[in-house]
Formats: sequence, structure tokens, C-alpha cells
Amino acid sequence: MNQNVPPPPTTGAPAGRLARAWDSDLAYSFRTSPVAVFAAVLALVMVMSAIAAPLIAPYDPFDPASLDLMDGFTRPMQPNEISGKVFWLGSDGQGRDIFSAILYGSRVSLLVGAASVIFSLVLGVGLGLVAGYVGGRTEALIMRVADIQLSFPAILVALLVFGVARGLIPPAAQEQATLWVLVVAIGLSNWAQYARTVRGSTLVEKNKVYVDAARLIGLKAMPVMLRHVLPNVMGPVLVIATINLALAIIEEATLSFLGVGMPPTQPSLGTLIRFGQQFLFSGEWWILFFPALALVLLALAINLLGDWLRDALNPKLR
Amino acid sequence: MLAYVVRSIMQGLIVMLAVAFIAFSMFRFVGDPVVNMLGQEATLQDRAELTERLGLNDPVPLQFGRFLMNAVQFDFGISYRQGRKVSSLIAERLPATVELAVLSAIFALVIGIGLGVFAAIRRDSWLAHVVMTVSLIGVSLPTFLIGIGLIYIFAVELRWLPSFGRGETVKIGWWSTGLLTTSGLKSLIMPVVTLGFLQLTLIMRLVRSEMLEVMRSDFVRFARARGVSERNIEFRHALRNTMIPVITIAGLQLGGVIAFAIVTETVFQWPGLGALFVNAVQFVDIPVMSAYLFFVAAVFVLTSLMVDMIYLALDPRLKSGPGAK
Repeated sequence: MNQNVPPPPTTGAPAGRLARAWDSDLAYSFRTSPVAVFAAVLALVMVMSAIAAPLIAPYDPFDPASLDLMDGFTRPMQPNEISGKVFWLGSDGQGRDIFSAILYGSRVSLLVGAASVIFSLVLGVGLGLVAGYVGGRTEALIMRVADIQLSFPAILVALLVFGVARGLIPPAAQEQATLWVLVVAIGLSNWAQYARTVRGSTLVEKNKVYVDAARLIGLKAMPVMLRHVLPNVMGPVLVIATINLALAIIEEATLSFLGVGMPPTQPSLGTLIRFGQQFLFSGEWWILFFPALALVLLALAINLLGDWLRDALNPKLR
Repeated sequence: MLAYVVRSIMQGLIVMLAVAFIAFSMFRFVGDPVVNMLGQEATLQDRAELTERLGLNDPVPLQFGRFLMNAVQFDFGISYRQGRKVSSLIAERLPATVELAVLSAIFALVIGIGLGVFAAIRRDSWLAHVVMTVSLIGVSLPTFLIGIGLIYIFAVELRWLPSFGRGETVKIGWWSTGLLTTSGLKSLIMPVVTLGFLQLTLIMRLVRSEMLEVMRSDFVRFARARGVSERNIEFRHALRNTMIPVITIAGLQLGGVIAFAIVTETVFQWPGLGALFVNAVQFVDIPVMSAYLFFVAAVFVLTSLMVDMIYLALDPRLKSGPGAK
């Protein structure tokens, strides 16, 4: 996070495919938008350092042997009074390094966010494709469910799914399963938007000549949908997915903050914030502040990228 | 027009039926209600008796029908965890949430419309730019961080406002209100701002863009040409025409306010329905969960019905739609 490595320069001697990618409209719009470049660098640095957390983190925050109560509540950048150890972003009550905890925490946050986006994307695109292509009662049913789903806030749906999953999973397996329960809960609360968009574009694509041609050569509905219609409806889906990634990360943080998300043994950024909140009154602000900052920066970077992508792909704005 | 009303009501009923079905399935199939009520140590005979009493031996459609009848009378049985009637738990917590949500909605509407009008009329002033930038940041900040930030500034550093709870409340019948005491009012400020902030930014941006749109339209140009004063144009012509979409959005957002109250109530330890629901989720207290779900769904359906009706009153074109003669 503190190493501001810019993305590797792609100029060099671009040849063939790379050159074409560099000259494309999308790349041009990216190069000329400082906000997009800034957001991309920020997002890239944060994602990379989250992935490489075990390599970068100065301490292992989950190894009880490395924790020392003597190191507790060390202020950021100042050596601890007893042990003399320096924690860049301070340490919490158990002497855990906040910087390392953030690295591992953003790993969990990104994993849950990305996995739940993929889950809702596959579910939503699949249902939207079927609704648009098949039509009739199937379509009415799917879209009705999507309407109902959309009229309830995502956080409420996710909480309900989480509660139900808790009731169904045996207590012994719960801590292990929490991450995937969260993925399903957040994924199930966001699929409807994909379904709506994809259904709309499928209705348009369905009547084009290439679909008729594919049907005429005797292809069944399944291959026509997956190989011919699907690639042509994915454009807007990618924009929604980017913006939803930021939403999903915030949703996960909110759930963990409410105490119905990641357990303290495997904290996400939200869990760290929940944990840090109790030190707000005693003056140890860094335990709360830095995880919150990391969460906001991550969400902001992804949001800005999503905004840029939406404008760049919108033919009306070109 | 009648057909329009009937269709809106029918749609609402279908949603409520679907929600009731989900709530019923949760009660019936998530965990064993009998074990949950009696605990692990109960004798087999006790269990059989309770199973019979709850009617769990009857066919499932019959059980659903009975559940529906009870739900309409807002009887959701007994909380697994607290051992009290769910309806009385809800009634006890309802005033806190309603006061919070209604005040937040009013706060968001008044400030949001005011700032939106300002940002549209003086769109080039530096203050308008500040307002727009802050609103952008507000959209990317999670609600709970706004709450924590407010607590840090106003409760920890400045010590002006209490950081949790409702303060002193006064009982009026079964309704407990925090609006009549100083400490109650002080406790309301931060939760109301936290909860209303997101809605405020949405309403503000909507009012601004709608207003800019209307100010460019022909009838405003004609009004100017007729010599109507600028102030008159801004408030009598432009703002009025802006209000239709604003009312729709604000109405639909009221449900969102109730849902986000879950987060705000947790941050401020506000003794409302949202906090009750989060607790119920943590301990898998299904009767409370399904009652809350049912309640929120009812609020949603009622507000969107109301928005439909307001639409009907505001937009005369709907009256002569299909269904009228």
C-alpha cells in the first residue's frame, strides 16, 4: 500500500495484438482520463498487496506465538516503549500489527466481494438469458421474482439469507462456512440487476439475423444462447459487475460490522472496523481509522473505475 | 382509473403473499421449531404434545393457511431466545424506529430539496461545487462509517451529544417518545443525520438535475419572456415541476430508510426494530426474523401504494389511461 508502483509500462515496442489494444478507443479513453488512471493504480496496488499479503506483511497477525501483549496499543510510527518494535500503523490491544491485519483483511474482503459478484453474475445472467430467450411464463415468473427482490434493499436480503444459512448449517461447521455463506448471501441479494439488463438486451438480440441463422442450421436453444447471444449481451454486464464489486465489498463490511459476517479469527476489513470501534473512546483511534480508510479507498477506486468504464462504453458520450 | 388502483393493490397483495410464504418456510423448515422452543432436554412426550399443539402434524398447505391467518393478525408466536410474544417485542421497539425513520426522511427531504435547489440556481458558485463534491464522497462512504465519524467528532472530541441510546423517553399510552425531553432530542440528532445522509445526497442530486432540466424548457423561457420575476420562475414554475419525480423517489426510499435503520441502530445502540432484527439473525431467532420481514414488506407495499396514489393525483394523464373510458 505504501509502495506506489505504477502499472508496468505497456508502451515499449508494442506489436500486433498489444498495439491494437493500445490504440483502441477504450485504451485511449483510459489514457486521457487522469481519474481513471489514478483509480486503476490505486486499485491495482491494493489488490496486489492484498494478494501478496504473506510476502509483504511485516508480521503474521494470526500467529499467536508472534503476538506479545507488551506490544499492545503502540502508536503508529513510534517505537513501542518496552520492546522498541515499530508498527507502521500502530498495533491493537493484543499487540497485533494493524498494517498486517489490513493486508490480510482486504484479502478476505476482496475474496468475498469478487466471489459474490461472480455468483450473482452467473445467476443473474443465466436467468436473464433464459427469461429473454424463452419468454412466456418462464419470463414472467423470473422477472416477477426479480422485481420483488429489487424492491427490498440488498442488506436486508443478505441478512435474511445469512440467518437462514445459520439455522441450516450445524454449529461445528459454521466458522469454516461463514465465508461461503457470505458469498451466497451477498450474491443472492444482487442478481436481479443483471437479470433485468440481460433480459433486455437478449430481447433485442433474439430478433437479429445471426440468431435466426444459428437456429436454421439446427442448433438447440442452449448453444444458441450460450455461444451466440451471450457474447453480445455481456458489455453492460461488465459495467454493472465493476460497480457491484464496490457495493459487495461495502455490503460485506457492513455485515461483518453488524456482527453477522466474518468471525474475529478470520477478520475482513468490516470485522476490523467493528473491533476498532470499541477503542474509539479510549483514544486509540488508529485501530479503527486505518482499516476504515483502507475500505473507503478500495471502494472509491473501484467505484471510479466503474464510472469511467460506464462512460467509456456508452456510445452516446463518445 | 379504478383499474389502476385495483391493479396496484393486487400487486401489493401478491408481494405480501410471497413474503408470507418465505416467512412460513423459514419457520417450518429452518431448524426444528419444537426443539427450538423446548430446548434439547425436553422429553419425547413434551415434544409430541407441542408438535400437536402447533399443528405441525397437519398437511403443509393447511399449516401455511393457519400461518397466514395469524400473520394477518400480526401473531408470530413466541421468540425462541427471549421467550416473549414477538408481537409485544415489536410493539415495544416500534416507536424508536418510527421516530428515527420519519425524522430522517423529513431531514433528508427538507435539506436535500433546499441544497438541490441552491446547487441548481447558483450552479457556478464555489459553495455549490463544495456541496456536490461532499455529496459524491457521501455516496461512497458506508453508512456505518458516517455514524462512527459523527460519534468521534461530536461525542468523543467535542462531548456535545450522547453516543448511544435514546436518552430519556416519555410514555404516551404504549408509545414511548424521545421527542419531549432534551436528552431524547439530543440523542436523536446523530442517528437522524447518519440515516438520512444517503437519502439526502440522492434527493439533492435528483432535485438539481431535474431543476436544471426544467429551467431549460420552453415554458420557463416563455415565462421569462413574459417578464415573470426570476424568483417566481424558480419556485413557482421550476420547483413545482421538479416535485413529481422527487416525491416518487422519496416515497420509495422510505423502505430503504427502514432497512438502513438496521445499520444505524447498531452503530448508536438504538433500541429499535433493526437492532432487534440483527440480534435475531445472530441467534437464529426465526419468529422474530419472519415478523420483521413481514413488517418491512408491509411498509414497502404500503409506501409504494401511496406513491402510486400520489402519482394519480399529480399526473392527470393516468386518470384517462386504459381502464377509464
